[in-house]
Amino acid sequence: MAYKKPSQKFSGKIREVTIGSDLKLGGESTLPFYSFDGDTGAKPAIGMEIWDILPESWPQSLKNIFGEYAHDPVKWAKFCMEKCNPDFICIKLEGANPEGNDKSPDECAAVVKRLADEIPLPLVIAGCDSDEKNAKVFTKVAEAVPDKNYVFLSAVEANYKEIGAAAGMAYGNIVSAESSVDLNLAKQLNILITQLGVKPERMVMNPGCSAVGYGFEYVVTTMDRIRLAALDQNDATLQMPIISPVSFETWKAKESAATENDMPEWGNQEDRGIAMEVATAAGVLATGSNAVILRHPRSVEVIRNFIGELTA
Amino acid sequence: MALNGMEIYKMLPKKNCKECGFPTCLAFAMKLAQGGTQAEKCPYMSADARAKLAEATAPLMKTVKFGAGDRTYSLGGETVLFRHEKTFVNKPRFAVMFDDSMSEDEVSKKINNINSVNYTRISEEMYVEIAAFRCSTGDKQKFISFIKKVMQTCSKVVPMIITENPEIVFSAAEEFSGLGPILYGANEQNYEAMVGIAKKYNLLLGVKAPDQANLYNLVQKIQNAGYSELLLDAGGRNLKTAFDDMVNMRRTALLSQDRTFGYPSVAFVCDMTKDKMMEVAIATLFIEKYASIIILNDMDYSMALPLFALRQNIYTDPQRPMRIEQGIYKIGQADDKSPLLVTVDFALTYFIVSGEVERSKVPAWILIPDAGGYSVLTAWASGKFNAKSIAKAIKEFEVEGKLKTRELIIPGKVAVLKSDIEDELPGWKVIVGTREAAALPAFLKDYLQEKAS
Ligand code: B12
Ligand code: SF4
Repeated sequence: MAYKKPSQKFSGKIREVTIGSDLKLGGESTLPFYSFDGDTGAKPAIGMEIWDILPESWPQSLKNIFGEYAHDPVKWAKFCMEKCNPDFICIKLEGANPEGNDKSPDECAAVVKRLADEIPLPLVIAGCDSDEKNAKVFTKVAEAVPDKNYVFLSAVEANYKEIGAAAGMAYGNIVSAESSVDLNLAKQLNILITQLGVKPERMVMNPGCSAVGYGFEYVVTTMDRIRLAALDQNDATLQMPIISPVSFETWKAKESAATENDMPEWGNQEDRGIAMEVATAAGVLATGSNAVILRHPRSVEVIRNFIGELTA
Repeated sequence: MALNGMEIYKMLPKKNCKECGFPTCLAFAMKLAQGGTQAEKCPYMSADARAKLAEATAPLMKTVKFGAGDRTYSLGGETVLFRHEKTFVNKPRFAVMFDDSMSEDEVSKKINNINSVNYTRISEEMYVEIAAFRCSTGDKQKFISFIKKVMQTCSKVVPMIITENPEIVFSAAEEFSGLGPILYGANEQNYEAMVGIAKKYNLLLGVKAPDQANLYNLVQKIQNAGYSELLLDAGGRNLKTAFDDMVNMRRTALLSQDRTFGYPSVAFVCDMTKDKMMEVAIATLFIEKYASIIILNDMDYSMALPLFALRQNIYTDPQRPMRIEQGIYKIGQADDKSPLLVTVDFALTYFIVSGEVERSKVPAWILIPDAGGYSVLTAWASGKFNAKSIAKAIKEFEVEGKLKTRELIIPGKVAVLKSDIEDELPGWKVIVGTREAAALPAFLKDYLQEKAS
C-alpha cells in the first residue's frame, strides 16, 4: 500500500481583519501553520508592549533595555520600532489604574493621540485592571484617534457596551472581546458585541491567556476548541482572529521575576524571562493566536524567526 | 481499519444471552467500538470474527517502551489529536545531544546541566530522561568509550544510540543492553541488520527515511520483517518540514486509522537550530503537536522551567484536574503561634504556595478550604473562595482549637475579601498577603519581625 498523505479541509474560515492601515490578521482556513492543508492566511503578527508610566514592576533586564526611553511612550515606541521592527505597538495604559496613578481619561487619550501622530505602526490599546475605568478611558481614547483601526484591548462582559459603542461603532476602531478561558463565554461575548451593532470584521478576540505552567492547558484547550468550532463547524460567531497578550502574563511568573539571589540554582534571570515569553508565545501561536504581544527584543526576534520558518 | 458499532454487531452471534455483561449484542457491539470492553467477553463469537475484531479494536497507535528498571518509559499510545477529546497519555521525553566529535568542554558543560536540572514541580520530578549519542567519527571504539564516560557521570539518563552503521549499533547494544537504550538509524539499506539487533535485545528501534512516503514503505518492510517496537523519523530537519511530518504521521495513525504510522516519533530539534531560544520555541510546538522524543542541544534551567511546565500542563487529564485535599497543612516545625495562611485547593496553587513557604524557612500553617479545585481568582470569580468558605474551613478543621493565632494571611489577589472574612470570623484579623507567591518569603519575614516588635 502506498502512502496517502492525510488532509483536513474545513468549510469555515477565520475572518480577515485589518488593523491600522494595512496589517492583516487571520484569513486562514486551516489549523495554525497547517500549510499542507490549505491557506494559512496572514502571517501571525508580533507587537511590543510599552506603558504610559515608568514600568517599575518590570524585571531589571527589561529596565536596562528600555529604561532610557520609558519616561516617554513616544520615545519608547520609536526605540522598539528601530531596534525590533515589530508589526504593531501595544500601549498599556497602566497609569489609568485607580489604585495606582489614576490618570484621567483625557490624559490617557492625549498619550495615545501623540503616539498616533508620531508612530506609523498600528496601535493596540490596552487598559488597566479596572473594567469600569477602562470603559471611560477607552471611550475618550477612541474619540481622540477616530477611524484608525486601532485595537482596543479589551472589552469584557462588564464594559463591552461602552467600548463597543465608542471604539467599534462611533469612532471606527476595532474591539477585542476578552473572555475567561471558556469557549461558550467567548461565543456569548462575541454575539453580544455584534448584537450591539459592531461589525464582525471590526472585532478580534482574546479568549484568555496565561503563562506556560500556570493553567496554560486550559488556554490551549479553549483555543483548540474555538478554532475547531470556527473551521470545522463553520461557527461564524467564533471566526474572529485571536490576539494574545503573552507578556502581560509571563513576566510576573516566578520563573521570570525571581532574581539570581532568590534562586541561585536557576541561573541567568534574563534568559529565564525570555524563555518563558518565547515558550508561551510559541504555545499560543501553535493553537491559533493570530497576534502576540511581547516585551523582550530577543523574544521578538526568536518568535519572528519561528513564524517565518513555519510560514516560509 | 477500525469498525463501527453496527459493523461489529453484524459479526456477533446475536443470541442476546447477556453473558458478556451487556443486555444485548448491540449494546456490547457499541461499547466494543468505543474501546470500552474486550472481544473476549463474548464466548460465542466465531474464531474468524474474533480475529477480525482483535485487529479492528487494537489501538491505532502502539505504546512502546525504552529504558530499564525504574527508568522505564512508555511512549505513544495516543488516541486523540486534541487533549479535550479525551486526554494525551504518554508525555514526550527530553534528550540532550552528545556528538562524539564534541570538545571535552562542551561535553562536560552538558553533563553539568543535565545533572543540575533536577527538581520537583507539583509532585512530578523533572529531569532530562535521555542522552542521545551521535557517532560522527565512525570510530566504534571511541564512540563506545565516549558513551561510557558520559553515562558514568550522568546516572539518570537512558542512552539513545545514533548511527546508521549496524556494526557500531551492534557493539553498543551489546555493551549497554542492560540500560534499555534506544537504537536509532534503521534505514532503507540497513534495516534487516538493524531489526536483527533490535530483536535480539528487544530494544526500541528508530527508523529514518528522507520523507513521509519513503518512511511509510520502510515501516511496512520492517513490520513484515516481524518488528514493531518502532520510533519514527520522516527526516524533516527544517521546522516547516518537521512540523508537517509530526502532524501528518499522527493524523495518518488516528484519522486515516492506518497503523503504519501508529508509532511515536522523534524530533531532532538540535538539528533545526543552534539558537537556544529558538529551540525553546520549537520544542514548545512539538510538545503540543506531536513529538514523543524531543532532542535538544542542551538543557539548562532557563529552557527546562518553561518546557517541563508546559509538558506537565498539556499531559494532565482534562477530566481530572489536579486537586488537593482540604484541611490544614503544617509546613516545617510550626507550633500554635506560627503564621496561618489560606489558599485554594487547586494543586498547582497549593504546591506553589507551600513551596514558597518552605523556601522562607518560616514554619507556618496553610489552610485549604473547599474552593472547587480552582485557582485563586477563578475560585473567587465563581463564588467558591470567599468569606463563607474560608470561615467554614476554620470551623471544620478546628483551627481555633489547634492554634493560638487569630490572624489569617490571604492571597493579595483577593484583598477585597478582608472585611467580609473579619465579619464572618469575630476575633480574627485578616492580613492581606502578596499577589504572587514568589514574594511570600520576604513578606513572611517582615510579618514575623513586625509581630515580634
Ligand atoms: C486556567 C483558568 C481557568 C480554568 C480553571 C483552572 C483551575 N483549576 O483553576 C477554567 C477554564 C475552568 C476557568 C474557569 C473560570 N474562570 Co478562569 N482562569 C484561568 C487562568 C487562565 C489561569 C488561572 C491559573 O491557573 N493561575 C495559576 C495559579 C497558580 O494562580 P493563583 O491560584 O492565583 O495563585 C497565585 C497567587 O494567587 C499566589 N497565591 C495563591 N495563594 C496564595 C495565598 C497567599 C496567602 C498568598 C500571599 C499568595 C497566594 O500564588 C500563586 C502564584 O503566584 C486565569 C487567567 C490568568 N492568566 O491568570 C483565568 C481567570 C482566573 N478566570 C477568570 C474567570 C472569571 C473564570 C470563570 C468565573 C469564568 C466564568 N464566568 O465562568 C470560570 C469559573 C469556573 C466555573 N465555571 O465555575 C478570571 C477572573 C477574573 C477576576 N479578576 O476575577 C481570570 C483572571 C481570567 C480573566 N482575565 O478574566 N479558569
Ligand atoms: S455474550 Fe455474545 S451473544 Fe451473548 S449477548 Fe453478549 S455479545 Fe451477544
